[in-house]
Amino acid sequence: MFRSGSIQSHLSLSDKIFLLDKTLVISILVLGIISIFAMYSTDGGEFAYHTKSHIVRFFVFFFLFLAISFLKISFWYNATTLIYLSFLILLIMVKYFGLTSSGSQRWLNLYFLNLQPSELMKVGLILFLAKYYHKISSSDVNRFRYLIQPLLALMIPVILVVIQPDLGTSFLIAAGGVVVIWLSGVKMKFFAYLSLLFISIAPIAISFLKPYQKARILTFIDPSRDPLGAGYQITQSKIAIGSGGLTGKGFLNGSQSYLDYLPEKHTDFIFTLFSEEFGFFGSILILVLYLIITIRIINIGNITRSSFGKLYCFSFATAFFIYVAVNMGMVLGLIPIVGAPLPIMSYGGSSMMAMMLGLGITMSCKIHKDQPLG
Amino acid sequence: MISNRSGGENKIRLISRRMFVMSVAKSVVVFGILGRLISLQINESKKYKTLSDKNRFREWKFAPPRGVIRDYFGSEIASNKQVYQLHVIPENTENIESLFFRLKNILNLSEKAMFSLRRKIAKQKPWDPIIVSDNLTWSEFSRINLFLHELQGVEPIVSVARIYHEESASHIIGYVSQISKRDIKNKKYLQNVNAAGLKVGKTGLENTLDEEIIGSIGHKRYEVNAFGKRIKEISIDTGSAGKNFTTTLDLEIQKFSSELLKNKSGSVCVMDIYKGDVIAMVSSPIFDPNKFVHGINTKDWKALIQHRDKPLVNKAIAGLYPPGSTIKTVVAISALENDIASTKTQHRCTGYIELYGEKFHCWKKKGHGLVDMRKAIKESCDVYFYEVARKLGVDRLSETAKKFGLGKRVLGNLIEEKSGVVPNTKWKKENMGKSWYLGETLHSGIGQGYFLSTPLQLCLMMSQIANGGYEIKPRIIYEKKDNKFDDLEQFIKDKEVFKNESGLFETLFSEFKFKELFKNQENIKFVHDALYGATNEPGGTSYGSRLTKNFIYAGKTGTSQVKKFTQIQREMEIKNEDLPYEQRDHAIFVAYAPFKEPKYAISVVVEHGGSGSKSAAPVAKKVIKKLLERHDLRSNINFVGKDV
Repeated sequence: MFRSGSIQSHLSLSDKIFLLDKTLVISILVLGIISIFAMYSTDGGEFAYHTKSHIVRFFVFFFLFLAISFLKISFWYNATTLIYLSFLILLIMVKYFGLTSSGSQRWLNLYFLNLQPSELMKVGLILFLAKYYHKISSSDVNRFRYLIQPLLALMIPVILVVIQPDLGTSFLIAAGGVVVIWLSGVKMKFFAYLSLLFISIAPIAISFLKPYQKARILTFIDPSRDPLGAGYQITQSKIAIGSGGLTGKGFLNGSQSYLDYLPEKHTDFIFTLFSEEFGFFGSILILVLYLIITIRIINIGNITRSSFGKLYCFSFATAFFIYVAVNMGMVLGLIPIVGAPLPIMSYGGSSMMAMMLGLGITMSCKIHKDQPLG
Repeated sequence: MISNRSGGENKIRLISRRMFVMSVAKSVVVFGILGRLISLQINESKKYKTLSDKNRFREWKFAPPRGVIRDYFGSEIASNKQVYQLHVIPENTENIESLFFRLKNILNLSEKAMFSLRRKIAKQKPWDPIIVSDNLTWSEFSRINLFLHELQGVEPIVSVARIYHEESASHIIGYVSQISKRDIKNKKYLQNVNAAGLKVGKTGLENTLDEEIIGSIGHKRYEVNAFGKRIKEISIDTGSAGKNFTTTLDLEIQKFSSELLKNKSGSVCVMDIYKGDVIAMVSSPIFDPNKFVHGINTKDWKALIQHRDKPLVNKAIAGLYPPGSTIKTVVAISALENDIASTKTQHRCTGYIELYGEKFHCWKKKGHGLVDMRKAIKESCDVYFYEVARKLGVDRLSETAKKFGLGKRVLGNLIEEKSGVVPNTKWKKENMGKSWYLGETLHSGIGQGYFLSTPLQLCLMMSQIANGGYEIKPRIIYEKKDNKFDDLEQFIKDKEVFKNESGLFETLFSEFKFKELFKNQENIKFVHDALYGATNEPGGTSYGSRLTKNFIYAGKTGTSQVKKFTQIQREMEIKNEDLPYEQRDHAIFVAYAPFKEPKYAISVVVEHGGSGSKSAAPVAKKVIKKLLERHDLRSNINFVGKDV
């Protein structure tokens, strides 16, 4: 009874459960269940490997999400640097011990799952930068000296991922980092300089691109250039989504996906499959669920007190939104195929783990919104 | 908590402000995605559905068998045979050039053939099959099947192709060949069918009946995956064969008549005078329609179109000839009907008459002396008919000629058919812008000048005279008719029985709707008698070709001038045979048989054959004999339960 007045500490488990953002939890659950059905469909309507493994992962990481959220935000604040550094070490390990698949070295074999550290780094970098900008005073934000550390923290993992090579993930990691830097108040002119620098080194960077990566960019500019080659994925995905129409072809009736026209249908193109089977209404449902999640995270950022919490929540919400937008934009043929999974829905343990970690820390911000970071 | 407070409020305000900007940017992106979804899934969904189906299914369309065309007795004239074909779907091949190279070795494809195949492939969609060969031999076909596992995208197909059994009927039946762009434009039903190897009727009945006879396209539809591998067969539609047709033709008569015209250029038409059934319609020389089915080669095509006697033209309906003296039957009827002359009217023939200084000759230089109408028809006196025509006038003559079937298309459904010319004053004004001269009336009176008719029109004219002057509607496609009121023959018999009981006749026959072409049937009967004389009495123009007993028939000769004899030629007594072939007259003969209780009418034209009596009547005589011998067979044929 005495404790109830002391909101700073000692929340019981039931208090914490009560303080969970119910809308956010339900949205995540709904999305997860939808993704299980979608996975079932990619398995050709059989309760097969992808479905089974996706169910296990979803629920394991869903409980991980709850567990993370019940840990104090001050714990996460203090662990941030350690988390970032351990993810960085994992990324470096990939370079030497990683598994190679379809020409790129992205995974570490952990026996129970193949870990993709680059996915984890998406969250790790946001955490690290949020803490950094929380620590420095607002007057120092625009000093060049204080820009060196965040830029290094951003560039090192991004470069490590680029050389794997994994253009999509490195872009998403960088996007998350840039968002934090921008939200913390770094002046626009800095971004202008950075863009100039980027544009000037872009031709050199492009010369390092693998031929298939160049082809993807060129194909995006003109998909009909090679309809059976690199443009194939965009074309087929558009056909699948377009042919879904208003109400879709029905569950398990997505002929495009069923007949192997869709590449990577259970990972990057899961939205395409769902959209083909459930049409425009299904697409809108997914879009709305992601918007609810994004808005709830922003809302948590609004109510949390610390600038670390705000910065993290706003950045993660924005990054989360970017992941969704990039994936949808990609399968809808609005941007080049870069290889970006759809959060929560796509098959893939690392991506699921990273998103649940990110969401868990967000939820921890909510539950412990009034707690000091001390 | 306190430690982080310094400047904290400021920082938080900045973060929130920037977050607001970020949220606005997000809304823009959301609307972008939403707009794209609307565009793909609502606005353009139909287009993508089609594309999706194209992905999912591969179709092998195959041409259905065309309907069989038979003669009246059920003999097949045009049917189908099994052929072995080789189709290639360019999209499914790994490399079309290396496939060609393989096929070249297996099939001995010529460079020329491969060149045209490449051009075809460039023009069409990659998933549309092309036909590498549509008529493989069995050994080629089995060799292909032997190497099939190495030939991706290749589809050996057992299909059907048209086969024509009777060359003598080729002008009527026509032929089929590859679909051209023009066919697709003209024939709406072809616009949605796209089966490789589908052939379309180009001429004759194949063209006329095409829509019904072509059948519906069959297809095998497979569901395939992204690699073109068949997952399962979704549906097989074997298509349906086209409708079969029975014609009114008698192939025996057709063949027989064609034999008689061998090495001649001309035509024979035979018609049932009551039903209007075309029993034979021969045009000579004939051609082999089978050559067109798989594409005729240049050499054969050139030979056909450069031939002096134009074998591709159906002369029975597309050949136009002045009717010559055969028109005299109609001139006589017209004169009698219009009371210009009576059967007793006499004129003196001196070999020519003069009109405004111009001489009009009779074919008999010495003249026929005093002739009445019967003799004028029997001996075909030109002078007599000059006189009659002069009094009759061309307008009244043309009216009667049209009534009896000249100047308009007889069958109407064959595109090749021509309508000919029955001249009158109005026609000349409209077509030549000049007024009519009396001299031209005289020429018209003996069927020369502007008069042009097809052999089938002359046959119809003869039929309608022979049946007593009733209009008939000629046909070449047999249709089952159960309406007894359509039976002209029965009507005429019954009318004879009831002719003295006028009241009873009216009530009994009010249902019959036969158009009478005469005012007084006696006029028609008079012409019958005169024609009997022409064939069966000494001095008659076709006396030399008469038949006896049950085969007695009546006919009228005619000579159709190709070029008018000049005065000099006439004086030099140049014979027709001495003229160059192209300038020789066409020989015409029209007749009906048997004389008593007539059944059939016939017209024979022998191009550049000289006089009708010499080259056309002997042909007709033989055909008539054969025709009458087969009459019982034809009248006893029973169609009950037959597929017609």
